[in-house]
Amino acid sequence: MIFWLEAFASFLLLTGGVFILIGALGMVKLPDFYTRLHAPTKATTLGIGCILVASVMLHALRGEGLSIQELVISLFLFITAPVSAYMVAKAALQRRTPFKEGTVNEEMSKDILVRRAPKG
Amino acid sequence: MLKKLFPMPLHSVLLLIVWLLLNDLSVGHLVLGLILAISIPWVAAPLSDPHARVKKPLHALRYILMVLGDIVVSNFEVAGRILRSNKHLKPGLIALPLDLTGHFPLAVLASTISLTPGTVSVDFSEDMKWLYIHALHVDDEHSLIERIKTRYEAPLREIFAC
Repeated sequence: MIFWLEAFASFLLLTGGVFILIGALGMVKLPDFYTRLHAPTKATTLGIGCILVASVMLHALRGEGLSIQELVISLFLFITAPVSAYMVAKAALQRRTPFKEGTVNEEMSKDILVRRAPKG
Repeated sequence: MLKKLFPMPLHSVLLLIVWLLLNDLSVGHLVLGLILAISIPWVAAPLSDPHARVKKPLHALRYILMVLGDIVVSNFEVAGRILRSNKHLKPGLIALPLDLTGHFPLAVLASTISLTPGTVSVDFSEDMKWLYIHALHVDDEHSLIERIKTRYEAPLREIFAC
């Protein structure tokens, strides 16, 4: 029983690691600033989630009791990640960071800059 | 009098719980946590403004579970997009027309959109009637807008009854 639980925890740790690695890869290879913004806020949420669940499981298996701190970490992560993504995206627009060529509705960035309703 | 002493009772309780979760459960931390839980609302209460409250907690719980499920599913999607070639990537900006009103419900919607992989909320229009979104991959603009409206905005309007 314990073996299978530990195996499951290792599986979670590995999957989490893979997702975080993919998130980091995305930071390197995605074409422009705005698409790179997606990598750390996204592919990593599941990665961190997996690792935290595994951590809770392993602590419980060792008889150290149920540690809730991991849950608090993921809660804070879920609250802060969208806010920082929003601030960073806004700042990038204000600095006129260029979009990847062929971005759909690129001209909309002018509407966003002055916060008016989209034209057309 | 009681209202003056505890301007934000729910926040006080939450602060105390989080403090105890982050530290060990001991008398010292209980006292320190209590002091913080009572004094922080004194400073924070004047800064808060009245906002929409959750009217249907059960719906809210279902919404949270649904979003968690979506996060898992779309993480795979984004991971796939990152691993494939950039040539197939078609990022784009989208303007989402809003029926939802109120700062707090709108903040929840914008955060949900940012948390679910593939989309990041960029900004609101000044009149709060449009939410601009950057999407990692736009296949069909209208179906994406429709999906966000039915999957996230409609339940939020029910939860906050607005």
